[in-house]
Amino acid sequence: MQLRKITIASGLALALSFSSAFAGGSKPAVSFGTTITEADIAAWDIDIQTATGKGLPSGSGSVAEGKALFEMQCVACHGVDAAGGSQYGSMVGGKRPLTGGGYPHASILFDYIRRAMPMNAPQSLSNDEVYALTAYIYALNEFIPQDAVLDAESLASIQMPVHVRDGFIVDDRPDTAATRCMEDC
Amino acid sequence: MKKDQKVLSATSSGTPEKYSEHMAHEQGAVKSTSRRSFLGSAASAVAAATVVSTSSAIANPLEVQPSSKSMGRTTVPQGYGMPSKYEDHVTRNRTDVYVNKQNYSDWSMTPIQHQQGIITPNGLIFERHHAGIPDIDPDTHELVIHGMVRQPMRYTMDNLMRYPSVSKFHFMECSGNGLTDWLAVKSKTVQQTHGLLSCSQFTGVPLSWLLDEVGLESGAKWLLFEGADGSAHARSIPLDKALDDVMLVFASGGEMLRPENGYPLRAFIPGWEGNTSVKWLRRIKVSDQPWHLRSETARYTDPMPEGKFRQFSMEMECKSVITNPSGGMQMQGPGLYELQGFAWSGNGTVKAVDITTDGGRSWRTADLEGPVLDKCLTRFRYRWNWDGGPAKIASRAVDSTGYVQPTVAELAENRRIAGFVQHHNGIFPWAINTKGEVSNAIA
Repeated sequence: MQLRKITIASGLALALSFSSAFAGGSKPAVSFGTTITEADIAAWDIDIQTATGKGLPSGSGSVAEGKALFEMQCVACHGVDAAGGSQYGSMVGGKRPLTGGGYPHASILFDYIRRAMPMNAPQSLSNDEVYALTAYIYALNEFIPQDAVLDAESLASIQMPVHVRDGFIVDDRPDTAATRCMEDC
Repeated sequence: MKKDQKVLSATSSGTPEKYSEHMAHEQGAVKSTSRRSFLGSAASAVAAATVVSTSSAIANPLEVQPSSKSMGRTTVPQGYGMPSKYEDHVTRNRTDVYVNKQNYSDWSMTPIQHQQGIITPNGLIFERHHAGIPDIDPDTHELVIHGMVRQPMRYTMDNLMRYPSVSKFHFMECSGNGLTDWLAVKSKTVQQTHGLLSCSQFTGVPLSWLLDEVGLESGAKWLLFEGADGSAHARSIPLDKALDDVMLVFASGGEMLRPENGYPLRAFIPGWEGNTSVKWLRRIKVSDQPWHLRSETARYTDPMPEGKFRQFSMEMECKSVITNPSGGMQMQGPGLYELQGFAWSGNGTVKAVDITTDGGRSWRTADLEGPVLDKCLTRFRYRWNWDGGPAKIASRAVDSTGYVQPTVAELAENRRIAGFVQHHNGIFPWAINTKGEVSNAIA
């Protein structure tokens, strides 16, 4: 439903018409912000378009490097061989989230590690280290061989299992049509 | 008896048997001692008729209260007022159904059984964090907007607060509200079943104003909202919604946001699941496609048949719940009650609320209390004479689109009710037994 609406909105480029949602206020003719360049935003610009891999940075990391890093920085919460630890469950095999349905695109894991892990020191890892950890987790799941090295191109080319890749549907609600029965319901 | 369970009790004794004796004993001088109960007024109304015929009786005379015979506390010159010490049981609590091993990626729930109006006090607005609560100095906080724009811009908090601001009343609900109570009774109170819900007046700047300043490039369709917390929580937001009614807010309930609710700046997306209203907002990026981040593939999705998951199910559909009486409370004995609760819809206004007291066999229309606002909590009330027998009560809301709140069974016809099921807007019944005990009756 949203996607259809968006198609209409995509025609808007320059002159925006303002919604009546804000009847009490009107946009001032001046801006109070200041300009900035994309170069100055670089340290914050960490998002990955995970379906295409757009935004994946330069750098690379191997499964072996990832394993060493995991055993230093991750094992306390996630357990040996990412099989589940003191805080969280297994990241290997079987069920949701990693391989059972939650990660349709290989770059999702990279994006998440880079923005949020390790939990006690987020955004402390280098891009090489994030590639290495991603490689290690994917090797444990046998998506890539033990001697693999991941970079932007090779990570984006990993195909997740087809049932996961094709496992999503866009919001189709309302999916009920309840009626207002008042008597003898 | 704990204070939290005492809401429907006229006296501290509380049981129906005692209640009967109490009523018989105190005819003509019924004490409405239930400070926080709507039933205080209902019971008084019933008693009033009796008072007229027995007005000459002197059975239990009033005494002048100690508070009338002494000086109170002084005005604190630089103080922030707090609730009465007798209200210290009204707190946010986390669920006791799921026990997290850490409290950084965690949540706490609003005690809506104690909420006396549509506005949630700021200190009781529910919380959901993914890496704890940052304490951000507003003098160092900045928002950038970039990506598919003609001119990337940065805004300090001073910049943002210089804009004309707008204020709107809206509810906010977590997609996981009701998470634990689909097919089996797990939670005891309405705080645990429905407390990932709050409502306030939110104040800030329409996002459309700033998007106009940066100038969207042709083909722009999606925005990324990203927080400055340790999870850098982020969501993809369709541009049409952003241009419609999305705000960048710095205040709620008349004061700056609390740290746990995004201080100094958060997105606010009316009617949508709470996590899309990204807190501690630092960055908005414009693109032609959604990002499909972990927060929108491995989390906040709906399990569907054949192992699939529904994605980007953002709107919180029409829903209601009776908050008084609700789970864990104790009825005061047979007689007149006013059932009260909240209804809301992420797709518009509440048009009607129906009440059943017989487990859904028959329904009657409740009264709505104004103001009835778009994507906002609406109070409803229904007077009911409880005969003291077993009863099952529930509310059913209808919104301005004509959508009727479904039962869990109706939701289950199209969804897979297993695992982390989100967006539970099913009709929620409470059972009342002959002892007057109110309990969760979802299954």
